[in-house]
Amino acid sequence: MSEPVRFRVRVMRKAGLADPEGATTTKALRDLGYTEVTAVHFGRDIVVELAGDDVAAAEARVHEMCERLLANPVIEDFTVERL
Amino acid sequence: MTEPAHRTLGMTDDEYARVVEILGREPEPAELAMYSVMWSEHCSYKSSKPWLRRFPTEAPWVVLGPGENAGVVDIGDDWLVALRIESHNHPSFVEPYQGAATGVGGILRDIFTMGARPVGLWDALRFGPLSDPSNRYLFSGVVHGIAGYGNAVGVPTLGGEIEFADCFSKNPLVNVMALGLMRRDQLVTRAAVGEGNIAVLLGSATGRDGIGGASILASASFEEGSETKRPSVQIGDPFEEKKLIEACLELYERGLVVAIQDLGAAGISCATSECAAAGGMGMTVDLDAVHLREEAMTPGEILMSESQERMLAIVAPDDVDEVLALAHKWEIDATTIGVITGGDTLEVRHRGEIVAAVPAASLSEDAPVYHRGVERPAYLDAVWADEATLPAGLDLGSTLLRLLDDPALGDRSWIFQQYDHMLFLDTVVGPGNDGSLMRVKGTDKGLAVSTDGDALRCSLDPRRGAARIVYEAALNVAVTGAAPYAVVDNLNFGNPEKPAVMWQFAETVEGMAEACERLGVPVVGGNVSFYNETDGVDISPTPVVGMLGLADPMPQLPPRLDRAEAGMELWLIGPERGDDFAGSAYCRIVLEHRCGRPAEPDPDVARRVVEHAARLAHIAPVVHDVSSGGIAVAVAEVAIRSGVGVRLDNGDWRLLLDESPHRFVVAVEPGTDLDVSDVASRRLGVFGGDRLDFGRWGTVGLSEASRVWRQAIPRRLG
Repeated sequence: MSEPVRFRVRVMRKAGLADPEGATTTKALRDLGYTEVTAVHFGRDIVVELAGDDVAAAEARVHEMCERLLANPVIEDFTVERL
Repeated sequence: MTEPAHRTLGMTDDEYARVVEILGREPEPAELAMYSVMWSEHCSYKSSKPWLRRFPTEAPWVVLGPGENAGVVDIGDDWLVALRIESHNHPSFVEPYQGAATGVGGILRDIFTMGARPVGLWDALRFGPLSDPSNRYLFSGVVHGIAGYGNAVGVPTLGGEIEFADCFSKNPLVNVMALGLMRRDQLVTRAAVGEGNIAVLLGSATGRDGIGGASILASASFEEGSETKRPSVQIGDPFEEKKLIEACLELYERGLVVAIQDLGAAGISCATSECAAAGGMGMTVDLDAVHLREEAMTPGEILMSESQERMLAIVAPDDVDEVLALAHKWEIDATTIGVITGGDTLEVRHRGEIVAAVPAASLSEDAPVYHRGVERPAYLDAVWADEATLPAGLDLGSTLLRLLDDPALGDRSWIFQQYDHMLFLDTVVGPGNDGSLMRVKGTDKGLAVSTDGDALRCSLDPRRGAARIVYEAALNVAVTGAAPYAVVDNLNFGNPEKPAVMWQFAETVEGMAEACERLGVPVVGGNVSFYNETDGVDISPTPVVGMLGLADPMPQLPPRLDRAEAGMELWLIGPERGDDFAGSAYCRIVLEHRCGRPAEPDPDVARRVVEHAARLAHIAPVVHDVSSGGIAVAVAEVAIRSGVGVRLDNGDWRLLLDESPHRFVVAVEPGTDLDVSDVASRRLGVFGGDRLDFGRWGTVGLSEASRVWRQAIPRRLG
């Protein structure tokens, strides 16, 4: 059996939308003395492993998965990277 | 050719001409932005205003009626209650979790803006059928959003109601109601008086959230390919809101605010112009002082932003330092952004330039009013003539199982178990009953609330349907021991530019207004949501009533559905028709028939039945409103919740599924004197055993009925 094809999906809140988690962390870091911090952005990494040899087709499938489930395209952007 | 700027902002050519007339010149871009949001349907009620005057709004206990952030009523002993209901339909369709969450946040700000501490939330929800995965996504997203925000901000969600129908598939309805409590001397308003007083912006930074949300999203229809109209979604931050609540309540307690206004739709434009107009003053606003989250925002964007969790406080100059220190203590941002001026001009500056100078009141008070065309739709004649053909007999055991399996009739605990309903420990009767009941600490008083709607009946006859939901809501608070005290309404309709939709609206208002008059209950606030239309299809007319009841004193042991015991007798109070099947659960679910004309309510009977229910709530362990599914479902709910079977006396099966209004059932020990001589009543049967036994019409095991009822929602979510 061949090795699975692996992709890293990185999901981030769309630029410009409110990010309470990031804003709270920014404030906390500045309170700790890291006054040079101007913004913190949270996101999440997801690693997806797929069976099959067709890398291009697999990447297209992962994009589709992001649109339908892994990300919320209304408020999040995502990138897909081959590992 | 490019569209003129005002049209891209959703403003008509006539409205633009009116702005030019008011200003005596062409508006600057920031001014146009302000007028476009403030004159939007959502903010100005320009299509509904002429009709809303019909509502009775006065009673000796009304402190503030419609037109304020929330209605306020006096419940005695120096306690005031603030109440408000509002829709967040379109945002919840775009992003269900955040749409519902920010709906909760917005309604809470309307309450604590008045000086009251928010103490309870209710949600009236409508979705398309759960057989469609996109509806399941919207439904679970909205419920999670309500729970995510409400639980975190620390306000209990005590109840609500839900319906499913095809017309809500691409247009779910999310109506949120909130209640607040305050001492009489804590009441504040938004009237910004006192030249030289300072406007302080409290709370979150301002970003491009929901730009044009009110003017474009909530005031126009959804169509395929309208993605560009989607404003950037607002994200809620319940912890920021919690800090704002505590900070504002402390500001009131220390007497540090002259006036205050929350920032909701139309953001800074709305808050500054409404405060100034209410106080008969002007205001100078410096946009450079607004704490921004994003770079390069235009003045128009700053003025229109609907960023959440913000308040505008008007403060005496000597108190500003103390207000800023208090904000710092609660870890919320606060900046002074304006000064109250004499005259009536709202002047806005940005980078040293005046970007807007308009009469403050013209934004909130000079919006156009439309007397739109009204026409009764001709198809109603056919609908009314098409009565269901009822069978001569049926097996009520299997029929009941089909009704209990309906997600609108089945157990709703999948929904309310996600909500914290015990916060503050004042909940006496929580979700899963007819009305909810909470105590007012330190008094014998109880506050009851019920939200009710009935889209199907209102589509068949908006006037009768709307009146009936008022009477039903009154009965739902009465069964907790409370008398109906005040109403807020949320009127969800399609496109008001269609005469048939305006006819539905006019009939609904008339029906609700008459019912409120006959019950002697004032309407103290409301919200109108038009343009609930997707791809040219309007939703059914869906008025929702939020009824506040006052129990004074509260029953020692208020009735609940789970207090019936073997040996108790079951009685029906209220008249029976046996032929009121139009819009009934039996017709909808079993016959798949959605026509006919619902019976007319009887105001005198309604009032007497409500009074009896409130009185019997002090002596009967179970008092339960009969509504969807008729007596059969009402009795099954009591039996299932109490874990005891019931045997009904013989009678016509139609009487068990008919949905005549103004009826309730009680469970009492045999021989109890019900004292209901001025309305119809009859013994239905007796509790005992482990079956729901309908005599010659069949029987079903309690455990099977219970299993089907409990699975009605979960089994559809997979």
